[in-house]
Amino acid sequence: MDKTTEHRNRTWPNEGLGRVPYWIYTDEKIFDREMDRIFCAESWAYVGLSVELPQAGSFITTAIGDRSVVICRNHEGELRGFVNRCAHRGVKFCNRPYGTTKRFTCPYHQWTYDLNGDLKGVPFVAGVNGHGGMPDDFDLTKNGLQQLKVIEHNGVLFASFDSNPPEFLDYLGEANQYYFERVFDGRKLRLLGHSSQLIQGNWKLMFENIKDPYHASLLHVFLVTFGLFRADQQAQVKMDHTGRHGLLISRKGEQRASEATKDIQNLREDFTLRDSRLLDPVKEFKDSATVVMQTLWPNLIIQQQSNTIAMRQIQPRNASSFILAWTFFGYEDDDDEMVTRRLRQANLMSASGLVSCDDSEVIKLAQDGIATASEDHALLEMGGRDTEDAEHMVTETAIRAFYKHYRDIMGL
Amino acid sequence: MSSAAVSAQLFFEIYHVYARYTEVLDDGPLERWPDFFTEQCMYQIVPRDNYDRGLPVAIMRCESRAMIADRVTAIQETMVFEPRYLRHQTSDIRIDQATARSVNVLANFSVIEILPNELPRVLMAGRYLDQLERDQHDAWLYREKICVFDSVLVANSIVYPI
Repeated sequence: MDKTTEHRNRTWPNEGLGRVPYWIYTDEKIFDREMDRIFCAESWAYVGLSVELPQAGSFITTAIGDRSVVICRNHEGELRGFVNRCAHRGVKFCNRPYGTTKRFTCPYHQWTYDLNGDLKGVPFVAGVNGHGGMPDDFDLTKNGLQQLKVIEHNGVLFASFDSNPPEFLDYLGEANQYYFERVFDGRKLRLLGHSSQLIQGNWKLMFENIKDPYHASLLHVFLVTFGLFRADQQAQVKMDHTGRHGLLISRKGEQRASEATKDIQNLREDFTLRDSRLLDPVKEFKDSATVVMQTLWPNLIIQQQSNTIAMRQIQPRNASSFILAWTFFGYEDDDDEMVTRRLRQANLMSASGLVSCDDSEVIKLAQDGIATASEDHALLEMGGRDTEDAEHMVTETAIRAFYKHYRDIMGL
Repeated sequence: MSSAAVSAQLFFEIYHVYARYTEVLDDGPLERWPDFFTEQCMYQIVPRDNYDRGLPVAIMRCESRAMIADRVTAIQETMVFEPRYLRHQTSDIRIDQATARSVNVLANFSVIEILPNELPRVLMAGRYLDQLERDQHDAWLYREKICVFDSVLVANSIVYPI
């Protein structure tokens, strides 16, 4: 069977939500469809924090799906976004990650755009010495950059490819709005820094990882050892009504062996830190949750683990790799002690994370295993076969809910 | 950094510290890694963009020899990762004598990573911005070792120290 025929025959396994076929992680045609229907569609994709664009003319380059995009503030201070591709010959014109500018000029033929993405200048538009030039009916106003809708909610920026996207708060849903505003309560943020990983796995494996509390209580021996996340802790898994967004909420326990740790083969009960400043969490949010991991369709994980808060933006590159771009932050009113605490706890996260390194490693190993088994499938039956919210961690319900929505959008 | 000449003796001593440091990181035992640092110290691996912009977050940050030892225990006992070898290359060591018992050092590094069934690849390239001081036995220890790497992206994970 050739690849095209094979693709036409792609059908989800009959068992339904408890199965995920491996071809969705390996097939580049599926990837292309994901870019069109999930990322460059009516969804609101995370693109940055307002604090990264402090003044008129500030810009950042980022990505929605595999498309490079530019987000900036125009001269009036309003947010604007456009695809990083010159209207002339497709050149990726902005190649600095951040900065301040009055205009964007493509390096190839110096086509120049203002901060609204409107085309303002084309060299030799009227020709040179009566030769050449653009046709008389060439219209600058019809050749601007491809525009994005950009919104800000309490300091966080989202963009949509759709010209008429849904209201952001409707998109978020009630439960997710509550937890979003728990971290982003309107206080000014303090940017602490970035880091990025190129992970050799399909982008959906990252979402599955965060929507899966079952793994966290087993894979992350460091978390379990120090009681930061354990299967017997009070926990909730919540979704929005579509299943696309998810929340994993838990409360810190003690460092001791129990029913929940007896199945963990390499648990280290005797591991105590020589320098306890590494884990010195203080309560800073109004409720008793110590961990809230929020996953927002199509590309964002909001991480609050103790006092380390970060955005993890998923930038798919192709079916078998994605960039995970981390932005660490605190609040402008943090004292020096709190800033230092956040910097220490950042040791748990990103490429060298005492915890999250486990995830990037296991995602690569998952892709390695899946790559040669596109006709096989994953089994997702922990906690049942449905997509209901749960009051415990021993469940894969949020992954099932994610794929329920995914199948709707993808027509699979 | 000033271009004042340092003695051949001092250069040799410092060079030896760097050579021994990479030997311990690449060939072990990793338990010896904390021994290169003063009791209170600062060790960081930080992306160049953060460093240049004054953004303080690092991908690895240890503020004491004890915190470095905790990192070693975590690598050996709790973290889950594919086995790998690293091979560090340190070059262009430049020494600036600050006081009789302390020096500032700049050096370049590149690190090659070898995963099972894969060819060697460059994991990271950058520079060390270091301060060393003599302990009571006159041995040179790192008071500060800041590893600033030039790329935005890192490949998958940075498990072992740089």
